[in-house]
Amino acid sequence: MSAKTDGLHVRGLCATFETPRGPARAVDGVDLDIAPGEVFGLVGESGSGKSVTLRALMRLVHPPGRVEGNVAWQGRDLMAMKPEELRRMRGGEIAMIFQEPMTALNPVLPVRVQIEENLRAHTDMNRRERRARALELLDIVGIPAAARRLDEYPHQFSGGMRQRVMIAIALASSPKLLLADEPTTALDVTIQDQILKLLLDLRDEFSMSVVFVTHDLGVVASLCDRMAVMYAGRIVETGTVSEVFATPHHPYTRGLLGSVPHGGAERTMLASIEGTPPGLASLPAGCAFHPRCEFATDECRRERPALEPFAPGRSVACFHHERVARAEELA
Amino acid sequence: MKVVTGQRPRMHRVLFDLPATMIIGGIILFASFVLAFFPSLFAPYDPNAFDYGALLHAPTLAHPFGTDNYGRDMLSRVIHAYTIDMQIAVFATIVPVIVGTLIGAVVGYAGGLTEAFFGRVVDAIITFPFLVLVIAIVSVLGPGLINMYIAVGIIDWVFYGRLTAAEIKVQKRLDYADAGRVMGYRPSRVVFRHLLPNAMTPALVYWMTDMALAILLGSSLGYLGLGAQPPAAEWGVLIADGKNFMTTAWWISIFPGLAIVITGLGFSLFGDGLAEFLRTRR
Amino acid sequence: MSFASFIFRRVLQMIPTIVFILVVTFVLVRLLPGDPASAILGDRARDADVARINARLGLDQPIFVQFLYFVRNVFTGDLGNSISLKVPVARLIAERLPVTLLLTAMAAVIALVMAVPLAFVSALRRGRASDVVVRGAFQVGLSMPVFYVGLVLLIVFSANLHWFPVGGYGDGFFAHLYHLFLPALTLALSLSAILMRNLRAAVIGVVGAEYVDFARAKGLRSRLVLTRHVLRNALISTVALFGLQIGVLLSGAVVTETVFAIPGAGRLMIDSIYGRDYPVIQGLTIALAVVVSLIFLATDIVQAWLDPRVAR
Repeated sequence: MSAKTDGLHVRGLCATFETPRGPARAVDGVDLDIAPGEVFGLVGESGSGKSVTLRALMRLVHPPGRVEGNVAWQGRDLMAMKPEELRRMRGGEIAMIFQEPMTALNPVLPVRVQIEENLRAHTDMNRRERRARALELLDIVGIPAAARRLDEYPHQFSGGMRQRVMIAIALASSPKLLLADEPTTALDVTIQDQILKLLLDLRDEFSMSVVFVTHDLGVVASLCDRMAVMYAGRIVETGTVSEVFATPHHPYTRGLLGSVPHGGAERTMLASIEGTPPGLASLPAGCAFHPRCEFATDECRRERPALEPFAPGRSVACFHHERVARAEELA
Repeated sequence: MKVVTGQRPRMHRVLFDLPATMIIGGIILFASFVLAFFPSLFAPYDPNAFDYGALLHAPTLAHPFGTDNYGRDMLSRVIHAYTIDMQIAVFATIVPVIVGTLIGAVVGYAGGLTEAFFGRVVDAIITFPFLVLVIAIVSVLGPGLINMYIAVGIIDWVFYGRLTAAEIKVQKRLDYADAGRVMGYRPSRVVFRHLLPNAMTPALVYWMTDMALAILLGSSLGYLGLGAQPPAAEWGVLIADGKNFMTTAWWISIFPGLAIVITGLGFSLFGDGLAEFLRTRR
Repeated sequence: MSFASFIFRRVLQMIPTIVFILVVTFVLVRLLPGDPASAILGDRARDADVARINARLGLDQPIFVQFLYFVRNVFTGDLGNSISLKVPVARLIAERLPVTLLLTAMAAVIALVMAVPLAFVSALRRGRASDVVVRGAFQVGLSMPVFYVGLVLLIVFSANLHWFPVGGYGDGFFAHLYHLFLPALTLALSLSAILMRNLRAAVIGVVGAEYVDFARAKGLRSRLVLTRHVLRNALISTVALFGLQIGVLLSGAVVTETVFAIPGAGRLMIDSIYGRDYPVIQGLTIALAVVVSLIFLATDIVQAWLDPRVAR
């Protein structure tokens, strides 16, 4: 356990849901370290547990779902926070934006109310100051005619503008960490670029860390400093973006990168990998990836590899990671 | 039509899978209909026999529900009332179910102006408080059960019509409806043979609620003196009989009311369970 | 489309409804056995008197013209005279309808006060003991006829505990409220059961919505999340249902007024049936239908105000 008192440090995070076919571990022992000012990419297919990880960090997993593990934020234990402390942390220090602004914005409240209630929850601003700040925020996220649009409702905005509204709401109280759950997936490609650029600008302006959940490797390449790859609820590989893109050590990462040119400037969806992700309630024995893995051996079918460091700042959960890396170099 | 594949589930499996509410409701309804058909088998006394030696007796072993101001045994009267009240449940609703469902099917399939016109008619009819309109109609036709059935029939079909029309519109967009049209079936065949059997679920579920509502309405009219006429044993009439003895002989009114509550619960539990059952079967 | 033009269009929609109400009530009275003149004058009327009455009522005109006369009369507030009470029907309605409206309004308030908190408790503690008890109690409440609930409440609270009067309306506003409390509670029980069921389902749906998670993620106090984000959205469908239940509520009021001997429109209607007082029945039917259509209008407006997507 790290004794650092800044940034976010996650150890052994688990999220369990009861299903008719037995308990399902959507998140299974995730470790993460996010430094101040860092942009961190969390990559995986849908169902790999990346979104649940974010929700678990915000303690937004609904019962009967259970969350266990250690989460230290600025040296405080996030999992043990009392309701009032948790409330102040949410939105005030750590903010979250969701994938689909149409469902994440309250349809029956004007945008102004949805921004100002955040300010009200975390600042001492009076009514006039809140109004001014709300206007300023819409300006910052690049919404034209902000003064007029403040009193409009979410359904009156276009998809891209709606996502800007959500970002404005989330950032209203100048959080130190932004958890972004696929914020561009629901948008057109051209709009996606604008939103990503906006997020990078805002990172600088607010000097905050960002955890970026996505299944778009191009986004990770252009946006993030470090990254982690998730598969079936576990992190299978971590490292800096440039190192992971250069020499992936996990066969799954390698598969994901398959069709991305080195340097990864192009935006590309996940390369197709043979087979489908396993159901969480019926994970295969051993390494969860072995049924889809060309490097799999008997060992992989028997035992589950742990996530272990193999170089400074790099970890991987694969018995054969050196073979995988060599195969990549030969290719 | 839904394609039925695989084997028929075994009987005990089906029973085991039924929602608990449906089983409990079913038992209550079964018992109610048995009492309705064979009241004399279960009633200890003649429901209309006066006994001047036992006026206004509180519940005892001999008269578990007590006796009324003529010495009539309340248990026997409550049991005999099942005949009339279960009859109200079925007779008041059967015509609206059939007529409403058929009209709804046509309206839902036709769409367009027909549907717009139907919508206006429904809006207008539900503007009248149901009981007020029934009372107005009964006041013209005269009190009695037959006139009550007519009054209910004039209004009640619109609810089935609306439910079925909405469901037909959904079914119409599904592939199998197109298949029927492509095969060159006449519209009437597509609607009544293919769409309607799949679109009847909401109307069927509502029918259960509606039978409970019919009993509530029938007993209300009985209570007001506009439904079943004394000395016929009907729960609303029995409760009205007891209202003058409210403070001295509470049992005259209380037990018929319990019969209404239990029967109503039977219908609504069975209806809830049926809805759940049909939903999970799809 | 603005809110104002939404209201305007919605008001226009009432016109065909009102016409239909008038047609139905007009036809209803035409279905009466015998002619109105002998109904008014009795069986031993002289032919000359019958003719005079027929002419005065316009009954010697074609049916369509008669209908127009009828419409004109209704709009000028002339609903005819009560046969048994010998006073204008409009005056009777003006006297009695407010009583019924106060009773229904009280019932609606009581129903909401019971349904909203219980729906929340039930929805947020879904499957736990409190949920099962609340739902079971309301299921029973739904199966009870109004007059029976009324009698039971009378036996317990008036006859035995003497907390409330056995019936009547009292003098003065606060006496009215006191006299109407038990009847209103009687009416409120089944309405609150229906609203509770709907609101519970709506709350369960809304609590799982992403915007509620987003509101939590913003760090709002949970009370604010529940009122501003959950309740407001959940109420939208409940308001619509509430409007549709007004007819049921007024129907219940007719029965309740009879049970509690309240001099309202419902009691007047029942008395008129026994007295075969058709002008009163006709007038009351029109008046109650108009009340319902006005409340439909009101609930549609409230719904549009709660949900900006409706009006635009």
